[in-house]
Amino acid sequence: MNIDPIKNGIVIDHITAGKGAQIYSLLGLDSLDVSVALIRNVSSKRLGKKDIIKIDAEIPVNFDIIGYVDPGATVNIIRDGVTVEKKTMEPPELLTDVIKCRNPRCITTTEQELKHVFRLYDAETMEYRCIYCETRAE
Amino acid sequence: MRSIIDILDLSVEEIDSLIETAQDIISNPGEYAHLCDGLKLATLFFEPSTRTRMSFEAAMYELGGYVLSMSSAASSSAAKGESVADTAKVISCYADIIAIRHPKEGAALVAANNASIPVINGGDGGHCHPTQTLADLLTIYREKGSLKGLTVGICGDLKFGRTVHSLINAMSRYDGTRFVLISPEELRVPDYVINESIRKKGIPYIETEDLDGSMPELDILYMTRIQRERFFNEEDYLRLKDSYILTADRMKYAGKDMSVMHPLPRVNEISVAVDDDPRACYFKQVLNGKYMRMALIIMLLKDAGKLNGTGVSGSRTIQL
Repeated sequence: MNIDPIKNGIVIDHITAGKGAQIYSLLGLDSLDVSVALIRNVSSKRLGKKDIIKIDAEIPVNFDIIGYVDPGATVNIIRDGVTVEKKTMEPPELLTDVIKCRNPRCITTTEQELKHVFRLYDAETMEYRCIYCETRAE
Repeated sequence: MRSIIDILDLSVEEIDSLIETAQDIISNPGEYAHLCDGLKLATLFFEPSTRTRMSFEAAMYELGGYVLSMSSAASSSAAKGESVADTAKVISCYADIIAIRHPKEGAALVAANNASIPVINGGDGGHCHPTQTLADLLTIYREKGSLKGLTVGICGDLKFGRTVHSLINAMSRYDGTRFVLISPEELRVPDYVINESIRKKGIPYIETEDLDGSMPELDILYMTRIQRERFFNEEDYLRLKDSYILTADRMKYAGKDMSVMHPLPRVNEISVAVDDDPRACYFKQVLNGKYMRMALIIMLLKDAGKLNGTGVSGSRTIQL
């Protein structure tokens, strides 16, 4: 299976196999008017299998989403066919407006335009909790 | 702007300092009677409360300040749909410090993030109630002479009880604490509280349904009410509400120095007959709560630059 190399754009690589679709969805890539490829179950020496997302434009990317869904994934910025920047994602300390608090008693359920913010409590278990009510993210 | 939302917003040293101030207020009330002359406390209570609101108001009056009071959501702009954030911004224009109670968890943090004056959380749903914990800590200190080396039994609704979570968080910071958590299976302490405040710190604890069998080893028995307002299901409430009732007869299982505490209001979980037992401390807690709120108001107003470096009051200069 061949996907053309990108000249200017972003490659999200080393995504744990199966998590590519979630990242694709949370980044809102389905609404972009540029070429985007989600390649699943690519052979990988390091991971065995991995997913890759290629975006044929240098769009603003919310790295927190990638770090939350799949810390360890890498983001490569490509310009004129050359990788000019490579970042390995880490779990963000704060996660803003990516997931919603499910606690019906939380102030986020009633307060107008209040951002849903979660804080990383335990990096080992990837446990995030709402900063308002401390309910654990599902 | 410094606000207090959670008991853990205060360091152990700051709590020691608040206890010291409260003890001085108890010994020398006249010296503090004009410390807050001309300053205003706004009490924003979006949920019914008698003792906490009045305690804050009494605290401010006894410091010489004024009180602007909102005692129910129905009588406020919240009934018209105003957000907590907007309310906090508006009240910041009128008052010097806010005490807020709200049924939604996290409401006090929203208020603090939007106010330009200090905010004290007077209870946000089932989440936190730091000033109740300050009252508890002063009571324990005055009854036991120390906050260290105590076996603390907590009984009743340990799942929804905000005072319980705050007390566990606070006491887990003192050396030698041991917890005995007494509750029905359905109302046990949430896992995240156990993990964060107890297990990770290596604090000894047991979870049990046996009140009588636990009492002999306790220094403190902290009783709580099964709160109807925290249940979505009336059937669950009715099934669990009478799980633990402390009677004068049951007190025979307790050691002679065990202190019985309760954040109040009680419904029936402590028999009135226990009130006469010298080990009953729950009405002392109420009074101690006022003194700790006075100490906290002083601390926050000082941090906000509303009080001078020293308060000259009566015949003595109080070092702030």
